[in-house]
Amino acid sequence: MHSVSIRSLDLHFGAVKVLQNLDLDIFDGEFLVLLGSSGCGKSTLLNCIAGLLDVTDGQIFIKDKNVTWLEPNERGIGMVFQSYALYPQMTVEGNLSFGLRNARMPKAEIAKRVARAAEILQIEPLLKRKPAALSGGQRQRVAIGRALVRDVDVFLFDEPLSNLDAKLRADLRVEIKRLHQNLENTMIYVTHDQVEAMTLADRIAIMKGGQIMQLASPAEIYNRPGNKYVADFIGSPSMNFLEGMLDSGRFTTSGETLDTTAYPFSGSTAHGPATMGVRPEHVATGHEMQSLPIQADVSVELVEPMGSDTLVWTQFAGQTFRFRMDGQAEVAPGDTIRIGIDPAKASFFDQKTELRL
Amino acid sequence: MTSTDARTVEAGNGSRPPNPLLKNLSAKIASVPMALTALVIFLGCTGWTVVHSFTSSKLLPKLDFVGLDQYDRLWSTRRWLVSIENLAIYGICSLIFTLVIGFTLAALLDRKVRFESAFRTIYLYPFALSFIVTGLVWQWLLNPELGIQNVVRSLGWESFSFDPLYNPDIVIFGILIAGLWQGTGLIMVIMLAGLRGIDEDIWKAARVDGIPVWKTYVLVIIPMMRPVFVTALVLITSGIVKIYDLVVAQTSGGPGIASEVPAKYVYDRMFSSQNLGQGFAASTMMLLMVAIILIPWAYLEFGGKKRG
Amino acid sequence: MADVTASTNGNGIPATGLVEGPRGAKPKRTFSRGNIFLYGTLIVVAVYYALPLWVMVVTSLKGMPEIRMGNIFAPPVEITFQPWVKAWAEACTGINCDGLSRGFWNSVRILVPSVVLSIAVASVNGYALSNWKFKGSEVFFTILMLGAFIPYQVMIYPIVILLREMGLYGTLWGLVLVHTIFGMPILTLLFRNYFTSIPMDLFKAARVDGAGFWGIYFRVMVPMALPIFVVAMILQVTGIWNDFLFGVIYTKPEIYPMTVQLNNIVNSVQGVKEYNVNMAATLLTGLVPLTIYFVSGKLFVRGIAAGAVKG
Repeated sequence: MHSVSIRSLDLHFGAVKVLQNLDLDIFDGEFLVLLGSSGCGKSTLLNCIAGLLDVTDGQIFIKDKNVTWLEPNERGIGMVFQSYALYPQMTVEGNLSFGLRNARMPKAEIAKRVARAAEILQIEPLLKRKPAALSGGQRQRVAIGRALVRDVDVFLFDEPLSNLDAKLRADLRVEIKRLHQNLENTMIYVTHDQVEAMTLADRIAIMKGGQIMQLASPAEIYNRPGNKYVADFIGSPSMNFLEGMLDSGRFTTSGETLDTTAYPFSGSTAHGPATMGVRPEHVATGHEMQSLPIQADVSVELVEPMGSDTLVWTQFAGQTFRFRMDGQAEVAPGDTIRIGIDPAKASFFDQKTELRL
Repeated sequence: MTSTDARTVEAGNGSRPPNPLLKNLSAKIASVPMALTALVIFLGCTGWTVVHSFTSSKLLPKLDFVGLDQYDRLWSTRRWLVSIENLAIYGICSLIFTLVIGFTLAALLDRKVRFESAFRTIYLYPFALSFIVTGLVWQWLLNPELGIQNVVRSLGWESFSFDPLYNPDIVIFGILIAGLWQGTGLIMVIMLAGLRGIDEDIWKAARVDGIPVWKTYVLVIIPMMRPVFVTALVLITSGIVKIYDLVVAQTSGGPGIASEVPAKYVYDRMFSSQNLGQGFAASTMMLLMVAIILIPWAYLEFGGKKRG
Repeated sequence: MADVTASTNGNGIPATGLVEGPRGAKPKRTFSRGNIFLYGTLIVVAVYYALPLWVMVVTSLKGMPEIRMGNIFAPPVEITFQPWVKAWAEACTGINCDGLSRGFWNSVRILVPSVVLSIAVASVNGYALSNWKFKGSEVFFTILMLGAFIPYQVMIYPIVILLREMGLYGTLWGLVLVHTIFGMPILTLLFRNYFTSIPMDLFKAARVDGAGFWGIYFRVMVPMALPIFVVAMILQVTGIWNDFLFGVIYTKPEIYPMTVQLNNIVNSVQGVKEYNVNMAATLLTGLVPLTIYFVSGKLFVRGIAAGAVKG
């Protein structure tokens, strides 16, 4: 059963087409992350689901009910915002109960729900405080609580952790994940942070220009990116790209010819102009590389030590190439290192369509 | 169940089925006073006056069109010409002095001055006063027998002469002094806000580069404050055109007609001498003056960028 | 160059021979030439601005003989409050000789409803314009903003006709309506800018919580906007109190506001000029806005700056 379904959704702001013919089905209890750089339409899509923006065309279903024209509060959703959006003049308790009071719910029921949400989020001691007296993390907890008390099927998160500092972000990330495991609600989560996306999501939808580029599990997106944009977007440091020609199991780039027979091409015959993508962490050195079909000697240009590992900048086949080494490895600019690449872990893209081959 | 085609919604604020008119109904009802003011008063009344300026209305408005007769008469009336001349002199001087004094005071106060708020309070308090109060105070200060002139003479400078309110040639400067006294504080505050809005790092960079303070102001700060200057300019000019109360209180347009201004001409024609047609024509001219100042500004400010 | 190498010994302590020379806090001269110029200018200008207020006060406390004798800047030799009493309770306008008190109370009666009504209308306008845009709302706003620049003289006569048709011409409520209308552009702008600066997320959250137009206005927006309401109040109280033109056009002599009555008292051609009474009357009229100004201080500045800079 689908929790949220979106059918050929269009949203135009005047002449600007923010969302175009978008389809998306979200399963019951799924944690779906909408990921993309700013302006890709991910927040817009979330606002459409929430009913905060009127769609130009298409339909939205929540729990198999057409909610396209319903008001936000009639849709059975709860929403958490980036800026917390707590009502500053109300106490935490007032913030949590505002929606329920608007719905004219009996006082006893309101108190029960507020108490339960406060318990789940461990904010009971804060109930009488105003938002101004809370820390960033506490505020975001209250914001989550506001969605929680509504007792809804679908939670919408609009970049909820972006305003927090790095450590708090990591803590709250885990908490949201735990919350999802306990509640088993459907959650739709918008972010531009790929770490958040990878760690939280059951499935990730990567968006660009108002369209979904790929919708798949985090592992699939990381290992088998559907197109060059996704490949470039996911992974830090990002993937190396080598431009060249594919011809019957061989990839020729700037004079170097690489053996690609180990790569699982989806089509039967792959030839023509192509881009080879290699993740920096998939480049082997030392004894690991000896068994790999592609090997080369490269000269180190720049070294970026990061503690746990070290990023090395070189030239390969006349193009900039980065790879990752162990943090303890001793390398200096000028050194020559022999590297190995496993074509099975690489990705090939058609140069014209940029789709995975 | 629901057809989704052929629905158009613009910029998230447009109509939405089932009934586009009922969407945002409360907001629309709440906006009725604003809509009425905009349409009936600002558009309607202005249009009404412009139309009636082409009629021969005297005691009562009537739609008896006489072309540009009222304007011909207006521009051959000495009192109107004096009004326009006064407005021009007052306007140009007021603009220059207000901007220069306002900016200088703001720049001085921005030099991390002690008792800054005390100074600022003193410079700004005249702005809180009514033009009537300002006019009457300066009428008293400029009183030739008992005011400043008398004080200076009694100090020994017997030939000292400073009686602008009684000298038709310079009466407008008497009004200007009062006007500046009241208005410069506002411009100072706006300029000060502008100066405070400038990134501290600009000053640090200028210090590292060894640029003298005055040069930093002229070459870096003032160009950066262009929007503030434009705002100040618009504010001052729209205030200048409206000048009325100050003249009424300080000189009543005298001596003779030496300190008449257009706004006073309009009022007197409409409500004292029952010559509505002249009043309408004169007020339309005032509207035209504002338009001449405003349109280039609006073009520069908003012409380039479109709503996005 | 040799100094550089010798400047520190192994412990990083300056080597001997270099201890003299600048060290520690740079000495500041309080009476540098720049400072004298700076404070000199500021003080001279302050005196220029303060002088009229001083003259008003001292003149209003002198008797007429003393005024005729002496220097307008001199403090009173013999302080008398008679001019204040006379200005408040006895000064004549036309045939009425009950002083400025009448104008004062008229102004209060005009002020209170005008301020309440204009702020109520404008705050709702600003709220609707920033959060509930509908087709045409921006057009109205643009007209409103342009309207702020139209000289009042262009609109005053048709408004007389409109008010007469409504039976409000010459009445207090007619003037209240006029103040509400002409206060609308600046106040609407003030509130619109303020409400626009409130994060959109808050408004969205309230909608998800099921609050409607008025619910969000009264329960979320108004409680947050209290400072801007105070600013608007300051703006309106001083503006309406100081108004002269509308008072003279749209009211009758019995309900003339204080400014109009003041002008009539001081500029009346009959009788002997009593400068001390005139100055007392002038001060009395200026007292309300001055009090607001000196009490509210920063908020007053914020009001005019917010209204002006963003406009």
